[in-house]
Amino acid sequence: MIAVVDYGAGNLFSVTNALDYLGIPSVLTKEPVQLERADGLILPGVGAFPDAMRMLSEQGLTSVLCRQAKQKPFLGICLGMQLMFENSDEFESCDGLSLIDGQVRRLQGGEGLKIPHMGWNELHVQNPCALSQGLEGAYVYFVHSYCAYTSAQRISAYCEYGQKVPGLVYDGSYAFGAQFHPEKSGEAGLQILKNFGALTK
Amino acid sequence: MLAKRIIPCLDVRDGKVVKGVNFVGIKEVGDPVEYAAEYARQGADEIVFLDITATHEGRGTMVDVVRRTARQVFVPLTVGGGIRTADDFKELLRAGADKVSVNSVAVRNPDIIREAKVRFGSQCVVVAIDARRKEDGGFTVVVNGGRIDTGVDAVEWAQRAEQLGAGEILLTSMDADGTKAGFDYELLNAICPRLGIPVIASGGCGSLRHFSEVFERTGADAALAASLFHYKELTVGQVKAHLRERGIPARI
Repeated sequence: MIAVVDYGAGNLFSVTNALDYLGIPSVLTKEPVQLERADGLILPGVGAFPDAMRMLSEQGLTSVLCRQAKQKPFLGICLGMQLMFENSDEFESCDGLSLIDGQVRRLQGGEGLKIPHMGWNELHVQNPCALSQGLEGAYVYFVHSYCAYTSAQRISAYCEYGQKVPGLVYDGSYAFGAQFHPEKSGEAGLQILKNFGALTK
Repeated sequence: MLAKRIIPCLDVRDGKVVKGVNFVGIKEVGDPVEYAAEYARQGADEIVFLDITATHEGRGTMVDVVRRTARQVFVPLTVGGGIRTADDFKELLRAGADKVSVNSVAVRNPDIIREAKVRFGSQCVVVAIDARRKEDGGFTVVVNGGRIDTGVDAVEWAQRAEQLGAGEILLTSMDADGTKAGFDYELLNAICPRLGIPVIASGGCGSLRHFSEVFERTGADAALAASLFHYKELTVGQVKAHLRERGIPARI
C-alpha cells in the first residue's frame, strides 16, 4: 500500500487515479500512523514552497516524513520534489525537508525561454536509478518556475531548458523526486510510477 | 528542448462530443471519454474539452465527463465553457482537470483571472480569446461563440490577461475557424511576440502542412484542432511524425 500524502496542496486525485489505473493500491492520508504503516510514500504538491512547508508543519507531518523517507521508498512530485531539498527562496527563504542536499532556486530562463517551464521536455539519464529505466529520450510533462540545484550525482535524469534542469533526483537509497508530473506524462510517466510501485513490494 | 504541443479539442454538449463549423450546424459524434483516451493513445500532448452550450444552458454533466476521463487519460486535461466563478475552477480541478479555460466571463469580469491565479496558480488558468478581424485593421475580441463583438482589442486583452495572471492563451481565429485554410498567422504574429506566456493556436487547420507552418511562421507553442482529428482525416501520430520530419521538436 502506497500512502499519498494529503496535506492540502495540489490535485492528489491525478496521482491516485494513475495508481488505480496501474492496479497499485494506494490511500490518501495525512495520518502519521498510516504513513508509518505504508510500504511507500508519495508526496505530491502544486503551489508555493513556503505554503506547502507550513501546511506540512501545521499538520505535524514534517518529522514523520523525514523519518519515513529513510526507511521506505519515497517519491516527491513537482513541488513535493522541491520540498525534499534543504531550502528554497520562492517568495521567502524557507527550509525544506533536507532529504537531499541542494537548494531550490528560480529557473534561469533566457532568450525565448518562457517561465514557467511548461510542457513536454525530453529526459536524458545521467545516473541510472531504480526509477529511470526506459526514460532516456522520453518526453515528460513539466510545469514549474523553480528547480533544484544539487550535485551531479543526485541527478538521475535531466532536461535542457537553457540550463540542465534536474528531472529525476534521488538520495542514493530510498528517496526519489520527479520535477515533472509522472501522473500526467503518458506512458513514460506511468512507467515511472510502475517502477516505484515495484519498489514497495 | 521543449516540444511543440498538439492538442485535440473536443466540443462537448450535454456530455456528448459534437463538432460545429463556425458554431453552426452542430452534429453529435460520440463519447468524450473514448475520444480523449484514443487521442492520448495517438500521442496527444493535452486534451481540451470545450463545453460549448454551457454558457446558455448550464453544465452539470461536464464534471462527470472530466472525472471519468481523468481515471484513464494521463496527459493534461483542460476544460472550458460556461465557467462563471473561481469556485467553478475548484470543482473542475477537483474532478481531475489540470487547467480551466475562461472566455466570455473573463472579458466581463477580468478579476476572475486574478482570483483563480491566487487560489489555484497561473498554471491552471487558460484565457481563451476568440478574435476576429476588424474592417479597419487589427483584431477584436468576440464572445458567446462569436455572437457578440465586445469591441475590445485582442492584442491588448491578451496582454492584460497575462498581467492578471493567465498561464496560457488559447487563441482562436474566428475568421479562420472552420475554413481548413490554415491557422491565422497574422493574428498569431500580432499576439505571440507580445506575450511571455504560451499561446495555443486554434482555428483553420486543414492539413499536415498547416501544423508545421504554424510553428515555422509564428511563435505559437501549441496547435489545437478538432474536426481533423474527429473525422480521422489525420491522427495525432501523423502530425507528430510530420513535425519531426520538418525538424520541429515533438513528443512521439
